Amino acid sequence: MPLRPSNHLTLNRITMATPAIQVENISKRYGKNVLALNQVSLEVGQGELFGLIGPDGAGKTTLIRILATLLLADKGYAAVNGWEVRRDYRQIRSHIGYMPGRFSLYQDLSVEENLHFFATIFGTTIKENYELIRDIYVQLEPFRTRKAGKLSGGMKQKLALCCALIHKPVVLLLDEPTTGVDPVSRKEFWEMLKRLKEKGIAILVSTPYMDEASLCNRVALIQKGAILSIDEPEKIVSGFDKPLLAVRTNDMYRLIHDLRDFESTHSAFPFGEFVHLSLNNPIWPEAIHAYLAGKQHTGIEIKPAQATIEDAFMELMTQGEMVD
Amino acid sequence: MVPAITADKLTKKFGDFTAVNQITFEVKKGEIFGFLGANGAGKTTAMRMLNGLSRPTAGQASVAGFDVYRQTEKIKQHIGYMSQKFSLYEDLTVKENIQFYGGIYGLPGREIRHQVKALIEGLGMQAFAGTLVKSIPLGWKQKLSFSIAIMHRPGIVFLDEPTGGVDPITRRQFWEMIYKAASEGMTVFVTTHYMDEAEYCGRVSIMVDGRIAALDTPRALKEQFGASSMNDVFLQLTRPKS
Repeated sequence: MPLRPSNHLTLNRITMATPAIQVENISKRYGKNVLALNQVSLEVGQGELFGLIGPDGAGKTTLIRILATLLLADKGYAAVNGWEVRRDYRQIRSHIGYMPGRFSLYQDLSVEENLHFFATIFGTTIKENYELIRDIYVQLEPFRTRKAGKLSGGMKQKLALCCALIHKPVVLLLDEPTTGVDPVSRKEFWEMLKRLKEKGIAILVSTPYMDEASLCNRVALIQKGAILSIDEPEKIVSGFDKPLLAVRTNDMYRLIHDLRDFESTHSAFPFGEFVHLSLNNPIWPEAIHAYLAGKQHTGIEIKPAQATIEDAFMELMTQGEMVD
Repeated sequence: MVPAITADKLTKKFGDFTAVNQITFEVKKGEIFGFLGANGAGKTTAMRMLNGLSRPTAGQASVAGFDVYRQTEKIKQHIGYMSQKFSLYEDLTVKENIQFYGGIYGLPGREIRHQVKALIEGLGMQAFAGTLVKSIPLGWKQKLSFSIAIMHRPGIVFLDEPTGGVDPITRRQFWEMIYKAASEGMTVFVTTHYMDEAEYCGRVSIMVDGRIAALDTPRALKEQFGASSMNDVFLQLTRPKS
């Protein structure tokens, strides 16, 4: 069965200029008190790998479900590949690949049976689109008769991705595919996304892990239903313009508090074995050293620090007064 | 000073499968110790032995000075445990959870009443005291879980993947609570597979296929492996270059 859109109007609209995803002023409320999305706008270009980055409860899943036509927005416009989510939901459903946050394959079917099942409901065969999933499927092949429910976390994700790709979608919507997966599997998963992107598939992927931002072409940082910033990850990081130092001493807990009491401090947050100290005005490290020595700190080490996406996110949260 | 945890060739087999293979390490009192490993590397099995929930096949271990073969009940009384997956009862309120765990820990009524007040005020959760845990934000749940896990003032607290999914500020507030507890002498044993979390630990061990493949401070491990982050260290250990 051909899956290309037959409506000539729709056909005309799908050109390279049509964004893979358009979201304009989308709002969604649950009940009276929860505003899950508050006038969210973003655009994902054809062939772009776009990250939706924010903590649990930020609205990531709600937005992805609206785009997957599983949930209706209260207000605003959203379209996938030019198809409007309310009117053209059938087109969208047959042309997107969607991986929900919760593992939702058939646990009692084998790897092979799951893939066959998804190919069949989309009116295609594994053989027809094998090229697209080959890289991923070869890793699953040794387990092809194993029940999906018995796979490891990383393998489940790979199978879910295969099932989402088997009908050759034009847009992939991936809701937290790397949550709860170990670092090796996470890395492999992102390598797969990169290869899919190179094949021209637009990908919207959500994640609560800030360090994954650098693997995307562009990212939207989202918190409490609102977008904090949309840009290339490097640009978001370079937007952090305060002097930043990495400081450590032998007493981390006291250090954090002492730094917060320092007069030129803008913020002081633990970052691994250091505290990132951002300053309201440039200060000689010697002055900070002397201040800490005066507070009886030992093992003092101060060096310039590169801002990370987390520094930028926290700064944007603070500016937007989004801290609990 | 007696170490908070010692393990000497601690081993657990399930039939022919060796889940934990002769691990040996010590955790000092007041240390924040990261216990890392890929899915299936044996972290959970090792931790269950240390918690007195699973009997080792071979080797020795003691936790808070108690033996993991003979004194498992003592161990349970002297440790705290928190996991992201399960720690609080969702259908009880914040206050009821504190009361419930106070009872489980066998604290006297007066102490429980004191803890309810102290803990809620300490966390600034007055507005949520009567709210069902399922309706409070995840960040608050994590902070509350941690406070409850240490309300009986255990010498050691085990944190099983504690901080996933929260915003970076909330996450740091959580780590500040951990630093505070450690600065007061509590030993903190953290399992996680998020390597940036590992960077907060004083020392970390990395398990690969049931063995401890590396153990040192994050800084020393990064130097040893010529890596810029713990994530790189981890990837080198678990996915050797072919």
